[in-house]
Amino acid sequence: MERDTNFVLGIYDDEDVLKEAVTKVRDSGVKIHEVFSPYPVHGLEDVLGYRRSRLPIAAFLFGLCGTCLALTMQILMMAVDWPMIIGGKDHAAIPDFIPVTFELTVLLAAFGMVGVFMISSDLKPWAQPRIFDKRSTDDKHVMAIDIAVNAGHEENKIKELLQASGASEVNNKSFE
Amino acid sequence: MQVTSSVREPLVTGGKTYKDVTHDVSRQVEGKPTIGWMLGLAVSIGVLLLGSIAVGATVWEGIGMWGLNKTVGWAWDITNFVWWVGIGHAGTLISAVLLLFRQKWRTSINRAAEAMTIFAVICAAMFPVLHMGRPWLGAYWALPLPNVFGSLWVNFNSPLLWDVFAISTYFSVSLVFWYIGLIPDFATIRDRATGLRKVIYGALSFGWTGAAKIWMRYEAVSLILAGLATPLVLSVHTIVSFDFATSVIPGWHTTIFPPYFVAGAIFSGFAMVLTLMLITRKLFKLEDYITMVHIELMNIVIIITGSIVGIAYITEFFIAWYSGVEAEQYAFINRAFGPYWWAYWSMMTCNVISPQLFWFKKIRTSIVFTFALSIVVNIGMWFERFVIIVTSLHRDYLPSSWAMFYPTWADVGVYLFTFGLFFTLFLLFAKFFPVINMAEVKSVLKSSSEKVNK
Repeated sequence: MERDTNFVLGIYDDEDVLKEAVTKVRDSGVKIHEVFSPYPVHGLEDVLGYRRSRLPIAAFLFGLCGTCLALTMQILMMAVDWPMIIGGKDHAAIPDFIPVTFELTVLLAAFGMVGVFMISSDLKPWAQPRIFDKRSTDDKHVMAIDIAVNAGHEENKIKELLQASGASEVNNKSFE
Repeated sequence: MQVTSSVREPLVTGGKTYKDVTHDVSRQVEGKPTIGWMLGLAVSIGVLLLGSIAVGATVWEGIGMWGLNKTVGWAWDITNFVWWVGIGHAGTLISAVLLLFRQKWRTSINRAAEAMTIFAVICAAMFPVLHMGRPWLGAYWALPLPNVFGSLWVNFNSPLLWDVFAISTYFSVSLVFWYIGLIPDFATIRDRATGLRKVIYGALSFGWTGAAKIWMRYEAVSLILAGLATPLVLSVHTIVSFDFATSVIPGWHTTIFPPYFVAGAIFSGFAMVLTLMLITRKLFKLEDYITMVHIELMNIVIIITGSIVGIAYITEFFIAWYSGVEAEQYAFINRAFGPYWWAYWSMMTCNVISPQLFWFKKIRTSIVFTFALSIVVNIGMWFERFVIIVTSLHRDYLPSSWAMFYPTWADVGVYLFTFGLFFTLFLLFAKFFPVINMAEVKSVLKSSSEKVNK
């Protein structure tokens, strides 16, 4: 359960203004809770200081599992459990096993990575997300600042900072 | 703020703002269905029901209902299967390959093209499943499960089994790619909705908030899925071509098949995307998003792939002559001048000559010509598969077993069924799902529109 919290929201109309604003706010020592956008803003993760996603590593590892699973399965079934000569080929006819191995590698890499993405981002059909401002899925960028986390900064100062950084609106939002 | 490029045409016209994109795309999801849409759905469901009589008869009586015989063991079923799988290729090509190549023009058409892929693969899967004769056992036979009558496994040396893995992987990865792309747009619709619609789109949006951290991961996922799907597109039709190429039938046993099939698939897929896009943009008034630039670029892809297919046809003839194999040479002479000459020349006219018309700018920027030629290409590609399959089988090494194939009403009916199914699913998608990827269009709006309002 998330705690009761009060937020100050800076609403921005333009992605370039937003990126500059994020830099300004972070430079002033105010901690940003999160920024919400209707579309992916390239470069925003850098100014927010986020670490690169490790999902490619997850994809690689799941893909590797797919390769091993496919080769093991085919060799066990074709060469160990019920060996038959087909077209005069070896029991473990590796070139014949490449198509299925490739497909299972892709399948496991894709599903594994997407699964990790869903879990790590808490995306599920029954999720009840906190919506800071509905316009953040339409046409506005929303910067949310948690007042409790920034106890060292006065709320009014934070609002002034957001206004000065180019926010078209500055609002308050509380969640119970 | 005015953002215009002097070197390229805008991808979104009409001076759209971010809010306009949301409004224009959500309009048909939120509004009442139009008369055109209802009429289209009624016709599609009608065709589906009509075709289901043939599907029912096939399941009840067996595939003796079809025109297949001992010589032509595969005909309409596999022709239709390969044709539908081919159509499915453009969707993943547009969404994955063009994403990797940073082609921004894909953003307006990728959603509908991906949906087309999913529905086309469903239609394709109908044919091998029905061809199994007892489809309720089909899944059991095709999966690597131990046989209860003895520990006999599926044959991993067979291209038909590779097909099972290829098609099911292609379908499921495409489905995931499509759905991941839909999540942010479902959230947009959720945030505009009330009542039951809010609950439904709330569940479909998986709790998406548009947080920067999640967008970052989302972009990583999209890029890797694109990287995985790109070789997948090539592998699927390559493997489909192995069904033929690994056999020893004259006309099938050729190394040119994998690239030739892939080019043909993209050729027919783009033609179907054009057919659907031209209808969709008119029906839902999306002319500012699916512009003449998009249509022209797709037509250029059709020229390229059509020309590759044309070269492949000529190469096949050359190799048949150059190989010195009598049976191979006869197979190709029989294709052009045998009893199925009409199918061969239909294929040549539709696939080799018609796309070359797109070299003329006037034709490739004409809606009427594009629509007509997109249908011509799809007819041609159907004939291509028919020619490869039926003409190669009906006269092989043994003249004593030569025979003709004539389709029955059940053959035609099952094909009609898949048409009904495809268009029913596509129309339902177009009404209830955002047909254009709003988030992606918004992300290219600033650099690619006529004007973006601050």
